[in-house]
Amino acid sequence: MSAGFKGMDVVSIRDFSREQIEHVLKLAEKMVPIAKGEERSVLLEGHVLGSLFYEPSTRTRLSFDAAMTRLGGRVLGFDQPAGASVAKGETLADTIRMVDSYSDVIVLRHPQEGAARLAAHFASRPIINAGDGAGQHPTQTMLDLFTIRKEKKKVEGNNVVIVGDLKYGRTVHSLSEALAMFGADLTFVAPPSLQIPKEHLKQIESLGRKPRISGSLEEVIKDADVLYVTRIQKERFPDPAEYQKVAGMYRIDLPMLKDVKRDLMIMHPLPRVGEISSEVDATEHAKYFDQAFNGVPVRMALLGLILGGLK
Amino acid sequence: MKEFKVTPIRNGTVIDHISVGMALKVLKIIGVKDEVSSTVSVLMHVPSKKAGWKDIVKIEDRELDPKELDRIALISPNATINIIRDYNVAEKFVVEVPNVIKGIMECSNPGCITNKDEPVEAEFVVESKKPITLRCVYCDRITTDVAEHIR
Repeated sequence: MSAGFKGMDVVSIRDFSREQIEHVLKLAEKMVPIAKGEERSVLLEGHVLGSLFYEPSTRTRLSFDAAMTRLGGRVLGFDQPAGASVAKGETLADTIRMVDSYSDVIVLRHPQEGAARLAAHFASRPIINAGDGAGQHPTQTMLDLFTIRKEKKKVEGNNVVIVGDLKYGRTVHSLSEALAMFGADLTFVAPPSLQIPKEHLKQIESLGRKPRISGSLEEVIKDADVLYVTRIQKERFPDPAEYQKVAGMYRIDLPMLKDVKRDLMIMHPLPRVGEISSEVDATEHAKYFDQAFNGVPVRMALLGLILGGLK
Repeated sequence: MKEFKVTPIRNGTVIDHISVGMALKVLKIIGVKDEVSSTVSVLMHVPSKKAGWKDIVKIEDRELDPKELDRIALISPNATINIIRDYNVAEKFVVEVPNVIKGIMECSNPGCITNKDEPVEAEFVVESKKPITLRCVYCDRITTDVAEHIR
């Protein structure tokens, strides 16, 4: 199974079988000491990662940088297209063909949906999708699964409540499909205008799960094992009035956590903008900073597999 | 007074039983635009025994490639193709929805990379033939309203 990883494009979580994802998570576990800097590695020495971020990103970009650097590799690229030839009107296809000749693997974040698939079409080197518009963000999904598995030992059987922007939030679509594949129970909490799109719901149901749909977090939070909070993304709203109406509807603070399970874990892909009050950070429930760290070992495992350093 | 509104053609292709109102889209799909050197007749809103009303397209002196014609099935699943030689129907077949659609439609997702200025043609996998459901190979968006997105 692991033979299939070398040179593989990582465009959508659907490109992976459950066994393949489990293999990545297992290897990521072994990467933790290197990710923390406790051990050193030269696994990817001499390899170059092309890092193309057409949209702002902090965690995703830095954790890919950290992952590559911790394994002895180098990173080149840009984190805003303003200074690059992109600003002069170069097509993505041309930029990709160029970077393809400079690097061994390309990480791409782009505002247009399908950009990573297009890049994979033009590149001979593997492409890793680091988010394409409202589309897929597969490595985020893997680190989310890794985080749940680390805390709960397994994903299966956990009641995962996902709250916030389920319509435009790119992490939610990849994650909910993967969680369904791993046998988690899902509850979607959002106002009707931001509920999970029908095509995603269908996909989840085709995996044999029947998610609960709710508008009220209070109603479902007591039964939750995992509470996954997402940001209501202002930039995805065509109408600012609609944004104002729904922003801040599901704020997680201490009173909200009064009757929750003792081992409830709270996750957030970050950045948060008021969805989780900072008073929650000190509770045992808060796992979002661990989650942000987990991006490093997971991306290390993936880079190692794709570049052939790991089997 | 002549009997026929449009006379039978001697050689060429007749696309019959086109869903009513779709004839012009059919012309678009088969690419009949500038490079035509023969007569193309379009009949719209013609009485049909099977479906009440239908459209018909007749292209003289050209036998169209059946593979090209299968795309017509996207907007007109019951269309039939007649290849005419010397006033006789030499071949007759029903169009069939192909498994992959490339180059004749745009993605319904305005945020899809194929709708930007990139050197690719939109490409779709046919997820279901009845009703027609297409999935964009690039952005995964599902499109059911095909006629609306023919270029």
